[in-house]
Amino acid sequence: MQFYGIETASRLLLGTAQYPSPAVLTEAVKSSGTEIITVSLRRETADGSGAGFWDSLRETGRRILPNTAGCHSVQEAVTTAQMARELFDTPWIKLEVIGHSDTLQPDVFGLVEAARILCEDGFQVFPYTTDDLVVGEKLLEAGCEVLMPWGAPIGSGQGLRNPDALRAMRAHFPQVPLIVDAGIGRPSDAAQAMELGMDAVLLNTAVAKAGNPAGMARAMAMAIEAGRAGFEAGPMERRDMAVPSTPVLGMAEFA
Amino acid sequence: MITIAGAGLAGLACAYELAQRGAAVTVYERGETPGDSSVARFAGGMLAPWCERESAEAEVITLGSRASDWWAKVTPVHRRGTLVVAPARDRAELTRFARRTSGHRSVDGAGVSDLEPALSGRFAQGLFFADEAHLDPRRALRDLATRVQEMGVEIRYGMPAPARVTLDCTGMAAPLPGLRPVRGEMAILHCPEVDISRTLRLLHPRMPLYLVPRGDGYFMIGGTMIESSSDRPVTLRSLSELLNAAYALHPGLAEASVVETGAGLRPAFADNLPRLCEQDGTLYLNGLYRHGFLLAPAMAQQAAGRLIPETSDEDHRERQTA
Repeated sequence: MQFYGIETASRLLLGTAQYPSPAVLTEAVKSSGTEIITVSLRRETADGSGAGFWDSLRETGRRILPNTAGCHSVQEAVTTAQMARELFDTPWIKLEVIGHSDTLQPDVFGLVEAARILCEDGFQVFPYTTDDLVVGEKLLEAGCEVLMPWGAPIGSGQGLRNPDALRAMRAHFPQVPLIVDAGIGRPSDAAQAMELGMDAVLLNTAVAKAGNPAGMARAMAMAIEAGRAGFEAGPMERRDMAVPSTPVLGMAEFA
Repeated sequence: MITIAGAGLAGLACAYELAQRGAAVTVYERGETPGDSSVARFAGGMLAPWCERESAEAEVITLGSRASDWWAKVTPVHRRGTLVVAPARDRAELTRFARRTSGHRSVDGAGVSDLEPALSGRFAQGLFFADEAHLDPRRALRDLATRVQEMGVEIRYGMPAPARVTLDCTGMAAPLPGLRPVRGEMAILHCPEVDISRTLRLLHPRMPLYLVPRGDGYFMIGGTMIESSSDRPVTLRSLSELLNAAYALHPGLAEASVVETGAGLRPAFADNLPRLCEQDGTLYLNGLYRHGFLLAPAMAQQAAGRLIPETSDEDHRERQTA
């Protein structure tokens, strides 16, 4: 699996917000086996005042994917991305342009515009988008090489609200790495996303707010691995009727 | 002679425990009054170990469950319990909170209004933690300083500590590896029209809020947890979220005067639990995080135990009469 030419074995990307403590977070990162962690750069800590926490993230040794969580305008997202590039010394940015503070639904118009500006500026953009195919095309035109469609609203834990749309997206963009971002609540949700042929899953709240975050991180990693293996192995087709798995012809009939 | 750097919450609690054990203690404080430079002045003053367990390790209960009794010897403690509520659409937050904590009972709408008539008709469900309590942090710091002085402790205000002290309780100023600041922001409201007698917690996925009554119509509200070393005044975003949440708790608070806002940096280690550690011959008590009033008593007892190993009751009496 590659994102912008970077090879990664784990198909789980883990968010770092909302954990009970940095110690619990570190433990969850370890037990998830993830190689990529996302970091929210809040404007109020962009002056470097979040350094104590960021140091603990760097110490995990994972590749850092900064994000623009909570940005509501193109300008805000672009500025935050530029700060993130300096602070974390990476061209990677998970781009969020939020349209509504209540539903946290992406503003896809602002998203495409911000993606164009950032790609031209040399960023490697991971856009958090809906499952809309046309928006996906516009993001690719803008220079994105990865798409991150939502499963359900951020933090809702509802699982995949529209698996058909994700299946269509897979079919429409066969060569583009697709990461389901947001909405995963349980390991079975993550496995379902992988069975649909998604390349990876990004999640945060489902692990951070679990009773045992490290335990849930491991469960998610296992589900993602199982879902991917299932996809690659080619699942059988569903049928309406039972099909006996052993031949019935010639069996003795007991009247 | 035992010397302590810092007359904040940790320093004063240690002075109290050491004086109890008969030690001669001097405390150095760079501020001019008790708690002057202490982040504890922005605390909620909640003695709420069972609620805190929602996001903290089990030690908050084992170390914190006797804090109310400790403080009651020093300052008024209001044993009114904690009432936890959530807006109807965030009911899942209440379910999660209940699952992760103990020491509570579920209350319905009638139960909520029995406890706090001001909330009548506003919340259909809540959790009541009957054994929790709260105090007024600034009064508690003053009362504790007065008490330790009565016990013979000398507090030298406006005095930087000497280069080497027995016990360092200087919070974020301490040179300890792994210590990080967690910013918290608060406001004090004055709203005599709203009568709330106990700590309330409003659960919300983005902006959880606690409101602690200070008496005479004053309320402290807080709740932000930001991984930041910035001690600038409260931001507009945080303040508007705090005030919004307060309004969601009770619309009557819309008429409140915002009499004060503040921001402080809480020292924390990676596991968000306090630690006693020795470095270059000095003992450090630090990392009280958001649990200062809750965990300082138990940690001060541990610190005093390290500096003055336990003696039998007879030895203790002899020393006191000597």
